[in-house]
Parts: sequence; structure tokens; C-alpha cells
Amino acid sequence: MTRKLWLALPLVVFALFVGAALWRLADPPSTTVESRLVGKPVPPFALKPALATKPGFGAADLASGQPRLLNLFASWCVPCIAEAPVLAELKARGVGIDGIAIRDTAPDIAKFLGERGDGYARIGADPNGQAQIALGASGVPESFIVDGRGIIRYHHIGAIMPQDLPEVMAEWEKVG
Amino acid sequence: MIAEAGLAALWLAAALALLQLGAAIAGPRVGDVRAIAVPTAVAQGLLTLFAFAMLIWLFIRTDLSVQLVAANSHSMKPFIYRFSGAWGNHEGSMLLWVTVLAVAGAGLALVERRLPPETIRATLGAQAALALGFFGFLLIASNPFARLYPAPAEGQGLNPLLQDPGLAFHPPTLYLGYVGLSVAFSLAVGALITREVGPALARAMRPWVLGAWVLLTLGITAGSYWAYYELGWGGWWFWDPVENASLMPWLAATALLHSVNVLAARGGLRAWTIMLAVVAFSMSMVGTFLVRSGILTSVHSFAVDPSRGSFILGLLVLYVGGALALFAARVGTVREGARFELVSREGALVANNLLLTVLLGVVFVGTLYPIFVEAATGDKISVGPPYFNSVTGPITLLLALLLFIGPLLKWRRDRRPNLRRVALPLVVTVVAFAATFLADMSVLARLGLAFAAGLAVASLLPLAGRNLRRTPLATWGMVVSHLGVAMALAGAASDTAFTRETLAAARPGEVLSVGPWSVRLAGVDPMAGPNWTAVEGHLVATRGGISISLNPQSRTFSDPPTETSEAAIDTVLDGQLYTVLGHRQGDRWQLRLWWKPMATLIWLGGALIALGGALALLGRLWRGRRRRRAEEAFA
Repeated sequence: MTRKLWLALPLVVFALFVGAALWRLADPPSTTVESRLVGKPVPPFALKPALATKPGFGAADLASGQPRLLNLFASWCVPCIAEAPVLAELKARGVGIDGIAIRDTAPDIAKFLGERGDGYARIGADPNGQAQIALGASGVPESFIVDGRGIIRYHHIGAIMPQDLPEVMAEWEKVG
Repeated sequence: MIAEAGLAALWLAAALALLQLGAAIAGPRVGDVRAIAVPTAVAQGLLTLFAFAMLIWLFIRTDLSVQLVAANSHSMKPFIYRFSGAWGNHEGSMLLWVTVLAVAGAGLALVERRLPPETIRATLGAQAALALGFFGFLLIASNPFARLYPAPAEGQGLNPLLQDPGLAFHPPTLYLGYVGLSVAFSLAVGALITREVGPALARAMRPWVLGAWVLLTLGITAGSYWAYYELGWGGWWFWDPVENASLMPWLAATALLHSVNVLAARGGLRAWTIMLAVVAFSMSMVGTFLVRSGILTSVHSFAVDPSRGSFILGLLVLYVGGALALFAARVGTVREGARFELVSREGALVANNLLLTVLLGVVFVGTLYPIFVEAATGDKISVGPPYFNSVTGPITLLLALLLFIGPLLKWRRDRRPNLRRVALPLVVTVVAFAATFLADMSVLARLGLAFAAGLAVASLLPLAGRNLRRTPLATWGMVVSHLGVAMALAGAASDTAFTRETLAAARPGEVLSVGPWSVRLAGVDPMAGPNWTAVEGHLVATRGGISISLNPQSRTFSDPPTETSEAAIDTVLDGQLYTVLGHRQGDRWQLRLWWKPMATLIWLGGALIALGGALALLGRLWRGRRRRRAEEAFA
């Protein structure tokens, strides 16, 4: 009898495997990585203006009582081109947006904004990507919603595409 | 029309697989099964080869009206990557898998004559059932020839990590190995159905297992080296779920390789051999499922689609569940094999099999543990190298120790094993162990180095006192493979023990040191390739009078936009210098430098293990032919 049980052991192991696999297929793992900074204050940084026409800003300016959308972008970044019209739409819906230009130059930024539209109230220059690293952002574009007290409430990795608008607006309204 | 021709060939092949299965089930009522199965199996092999050639042609022409080409290729891509890009994606690689399965089925139908006709019938039926399921998967859930309308102006490009000569070699070799094991699976199922488990089955199975195992060994070794130089992380094995998925069938096949010899030579280990034959190919299928269903996250992510996962899981339940249920129900009725005593060649091989199976279990549990934990508690955990290294390390050392004595024991019983012959390797081990105290390292690394030294000597002992010219090729193969194990073990242990790493941000002109080397950053220049731009660092490394230059790059690909680091590696006699250029920080550049003494032994050892298998395969085939000739002469 014990031999019989041993012989069925591989089948039992396999059944366990199938059970776990079925469960996992029915409920696929979440691929969103919760930013470690969500719920924490914006790390300290102070950025010089990227353009002569707009002010720069620092972490302290984000705790001014009004929520802000912080958007990391660059003129050399292809997904940012796709994101630009969505940012314009967000601005039209009353979202205040501050930009951080990553590893970029003033003429390129001016050209990019001229061609693709400009939804930014302020743009800070981050020529070495130091603010990007401080914010725990891995690439461009990425966006953060910061509440009026300077606490990060939401982190969006990659371009905000039209299908992301409802989610971003919902997060924005939670804060505002 | 090219795509449609390929698709038509696949449908036709699927219909033939159905016909072959039908003929096998109907049995003698439709006449000689071989008369139907051989032509249908060969036609399936040819048709899938044709379909695969069509897919390659589409990729070479960059026919963007085919969805798969548009999603994975680009007209600016160099020729070789347009070619190998055909299998650098889910659908194309599944077509490769099915092609190998059909070609192996054709080979099986053509070659296998020695088994009882009923067993052949059941085996060919099982192989047809396997082929049918995977044809279905390809045609229903992963059609590689689907059209895209309207055709885009340009393709999306191939993942830059895959734009490497490694892609041309690593997946096909690995798949030949994975799918070659399907023949052993079908033979085991066929033998279970007819209850004809004996030495004849083992002799029929052995060349397939050997061949698949050799290719699997080569594929894993090549994949390890590819990851080592392409990912730029300086490691050679990451315990990534997909690496584990290739290791598990290899461990099962290695165990099978040894137990099938006991069955062929002594008629023993019947149930065990059958189980390993079932498990080896089952592990290949489980690996395919894990990679393509997205239930585990890994660096080898294919376009993940849960419906595909459900389809493969269905196939798994059908094939693996079916075979294991058949095993549980039937194997008890298989006649018991020849008995043997604990201290004997069989005994040592049983110990080897048990240890390999425990290793397989350890890797299986470690790979799937995160899923089980999340199912039970909802916590997300990750099982990493600390678990795998600390558990597999000691088991591997035990296996190495077993190799000291196992090959020297006699079959059936060895009342007075010649322990004096083991004295020499044991002395070498002890001396090497003492020598490791000259340097500071972990206990596992110390033992690894000591056992590797002892095993290098012990692996040669089966040749001692023999006439080398009359020693069978299979024995040479065993010796070479075991020597390869010693080499790989030495490489892995010295990688852990002696690797030196320097991480720094350097200004041009600055000199860094790593191990015995002084490395100067001479300068950094921009570079451009056919579909990428890069910055290239110029490094000059000196040690004593030797001076070598290395040029690591940090590349930016345009389609799709991705950055990769191209490590510059220089192999010298006693190790490898491994350099990676990172990002710029002001006027400094991030540099990672590694000095890895004897690291090359890891892959040389892997190649040697495969070479030993190839020698044994040659020897077996040669002998088999001679024996058949002799039988024919007497008949």
C-alpha cells in the first residue's frame, strides 16, 4: 500500500502545482510598483529655471497649500511627445502642472514646448538628473501628485496616456 | 502568399498528427501502424520545417503586413538579427518548439524498430498526441502568420538585449534539448500502456536522452554566458525563474541519463526510470508554461497573455496529469527489475538519482514558493540567491563526493570496494582544502575548491589500469563529463571566493585598481552603429608587464528606445577582466570593474560536460550499429 502512495506522489505534487497556477491565472499578479515615496514628503531639491520665461522651483514651493502635478520630462524623450496633449488636457481641467526638465538644454526645451504645447506653470532644470534620482524616478516621463502640504500622494510611471486620464483625475480630486 | 503557405502547412501537419493518433488508437485493425505512422510523422516534420522557413523568410524580407514581423522587426536591423529575430518572440519561438517536436517525432518513427510493435504503436500515438496539442496551441492561440491591415510603415524593432549573436544559438539549442526529451516521454508512456518496461526500452530511449541532454547542457551553458556578458551584472547565474525552468528539465534528464543505464545494463530501476522520463519532459512543458503565462515575473518576459497561459495549462493537465496518473496506476504492475546490494554501481547511481531529484525539488519549490505563499497569506515575497545557493551548494558537494567512488564500484554488488584507489583524490581534496586557508573565503567556496580538485583526479580513475585504446567511447564520455563537472565546480567556487569588484566614478585619466590590475580610463568617445548610438569608454588595464585595452559601451537603441550596456571582457590565462561603463555624472563616468580569476572554467566545464555526452552518444550509436550488423550476419 505504501508503495502505491509513493507512486502517486508525483501526481499529487503536480495537482498542487496546477491548483496554484490556476489561482494565479485567475488573479494575475499586480504589475504596479508602489513608489516608496508615496505618503512621504517631497525630498528636498531646488531647481533653477530651465527657461528665461518661466520660474524654477524647489521642494518647498510644492508645500504652498495647493496640490500640484509634478511632471518629469525631456525634449529628447519620445513618449513625452505623446504625453504633451494629455498634459494640456489636464491643464484645461484645472490641474496645476510643474515640470522638471531632465538632462536638457534651454533651446531644446523651448523648441519642444513650441511644437508640442506647453502645460507647465513652472519648469525647473535638472541637468544632471539629481532631482530625478532624489524622487526615485527611474525614467522619463514620470509624474507625481503632491498635496498642498508637500506630501507625495500618487506616482505614475511612464507617459500619462488618454486612457490614464480618469485615474489621474480621480487621484487629483482626492487630494484637492 | 508566403505567410499563407506557412499557415496552410501548419494546418496540414496538424491534420496529419490527428491521422497518426487515430491510426495508433485504431491499432492493427487498420493494418500495420508503422505503414501509416511513418509517412505521416515524416510529412509533419517536413511541413513544419517548411512553415518555419517561411517565417524566417518573412523576417528577412521584413514583411510588415505580418503582425509578428511588424511587432518584432525593423528594416534597419542587421541581417543576422532579422534572421534570428524570427524566434526572438513568443509565436516564432513556439513555432520553433513545434518544429523540433515534429522533426523529433519523424526521427522516432523512422528509427525505432527494435521495440515490440505494440509499444511502438503506443509510443507513436503518444508522440502524435503531444504534437496535436502544440499544433492546436500554435494555430488557435499563437498564430505566427497573422496578417496586419493596414501594414505599418516601419516595424517596432527587436528588444536590444536580444540583438546579439547569442540569440541565433541559445534558443534553438535549448529547444532541441527540451523537445528532444519528448521522445523519452512518449517511449515511457508507450511502455506503460503495454507494460513492456525492460532493457530494450532503455536502449531505445538512451540515445534520445543523451542527445537531448547534450543540447540542453550546451544551451544552458551558452545562455549563462550570454546573460553574463549581455546583462552587465557580472554574474553567471541569477536563479531567475526562467533559468530555473531550464535547469529543472536538465536535472531530471541528468538523473534519467544515469538510471537509463542501470535499466539497459542490469534491468533495474524500472519504475524510477519511467518516472524520470515522464518528469523530464513534463519539466520542459512546465517551464514553457511558467515563461509564457506571466505567473512569474522574470527577465525573459514574453508578451504575456493569460488566455495562452490557460491553454498551456490545459495541455499540461492533459499530458503531465495523464502520464503521471498512468504511472501511478500502471507502474505497480510492471515486473520488478533485477535486485542489487547497497554498495554497488547501481547503489551509487540510485544515490546520484536521489540527490539530483532532491536538487530538482529544491529548485522547483524555490521557484514556485512565492506563488504558494501569496496564495496562502497574500504576502508578496521573492526567493533569491541566498536560498538557492545555501541549499543547492551542499547537495552539489555531496554529488561531487559521490563521484569519487561511484564510477569505480562493480555492478550488482561490491563486497570489497577498492578503497585504496579513492585514497589519491581524497588526499588531493584534503591538501586543497588546507591550501584554501591561505585566503579568506566562505566555507562553501573552500569546500567547492577542495572537492573540485579531488574530483578532477577522481574523474580520471576509471581509466587507470585500462588499455586506453580499447576503452569504450561511452567510458571516455563519462570521464570527460565528470571532469567537466570538476571544472565547472572549480570555476563557480573561485568566482565566489576570489572575485574582486571596484565601483567608482572616474574622471578621464584616472587610474583605478581591481585585484592585481590597474585600470586607467583613457577617455570616452561617442560611437554610432546601424541602429544605435553609444558612448564608448577606452580603458587600459595593466598588470606586471601585460597591458590590455578594453572598450565597454553604453548603448542607446532607437527602435524601441532602450539603453543597454555592452560589457568589455578580456580573457587571460588565469581569469577574466570584466568592465562596464555606466552613466555620466558631471565630468565623471561610472565604472564597474571585476576581476574574476578562473571564471572561464564555469563555461569550459559546461562545454566539457556536453562533449562527454556527445562522445557517449557516438559510442552507443556505433556499438548499436555493429551489434545489429552482427545479428544480421548470423540471421
